[in-house]
Amino acid sequence: MTEVIVFAIFALVALAGAVVMLTAKNPVYSAMGLLVTMFSMAIFYVVLDAHFVAAVQILVYAGAVMTLFLFVIMMIGVDKKEDTSESIPFQRGITFVVALGLAVVIILAGRQAWVTGSDAFGSPDMVGTIETVADSLFGTWTIAFLSTVFLLTIAAVGTVALALFGPTAVRSTDGEEGA
Amino acid sequence: MIVMADLTVTVGWYMVLAAVLFSMGAAGVLLRRNALVMFMSVELMLNSVNLTFIAAGNELGLVEGQVAALFVMVVAAAEVTVGLAILVAVFRRRSTANVDVLSELKG
Repeated sequence: MTEVIVFAIFALVALAGAVVMLTAKNPVYSAMGLLVTMFSMAIFYVVLDAHFVAAVQILVYAGAVMTLFLFVIMMIGVDKKEDTSESIPFQRGITFVVALGLAVVIILAGRQAWVTGSDAFGSPDMVGTIETVADSLFGTWTIAFLSTVFLLTIAAVGTVALALFGPTAVRSTDGEEGA
Repeated sequence: MIVMADLTVTVGWYMVLAAVLFSMGAAGVLLRRNALVMFMSVELMLNSVNLTFIAAGNELGLVEGQVAALFVMVVAAAEVTVGLAILVAVFRRRSTANVDVLSELKG
């Protein structure tokens, strides 16, 4: 019964956060709504015995990613009102129909069998502590884990390159020469 | 099955919640004009998929669901850093994050 109450409360909180993210005119409010949703997700992860992933969710998403988002929002400027006029006719109505249809299709398709496969391979009392996750991550999935190192390195180098060799880098040196 | 006599939270509840959140993220990508908010919607979609991974992994008693969620988080982090860097570069050149204005590639 406790699990039902926890699920009900935080499902509503997560949905409310998503609605705020969708409807807020100010991007900062959108970021806050997404933050609320991500914290609720972390609660669900704890309930689902994924303790390590819950910690990573809070550290990486609620900590790093949302801070990055807020930093860029502050840099770009929050006072600009978003233009809500539609360039494509009926786009809002079409979007609602498409999103609703997507949800209905996923739920109807998934209702046949949410999870398929034999549970003979798993252990029912599996708890995602750091030890169990690390056993799998550094045992079975070592190659995949190492390839994420490449991915992150490439992403970091690409980000630095975008910042260094952007148009304003050239323009600022021109400005200095002019001054 | 969805039918519950004694009302316990099954994996289906999490899957339905994740499906609804995924659809809301998709609606956000289609609806919003601000590229930042579109990025946030993509993050919401990735998060909802993580929830399905972990719910399924918990149901089957396999840790692979959580490993998959961790990999999704890594990809999402890489995507956010590169995406926001592109966004800042575009903003420095064009002074807007509105995707309707950034339409030079339109045929």
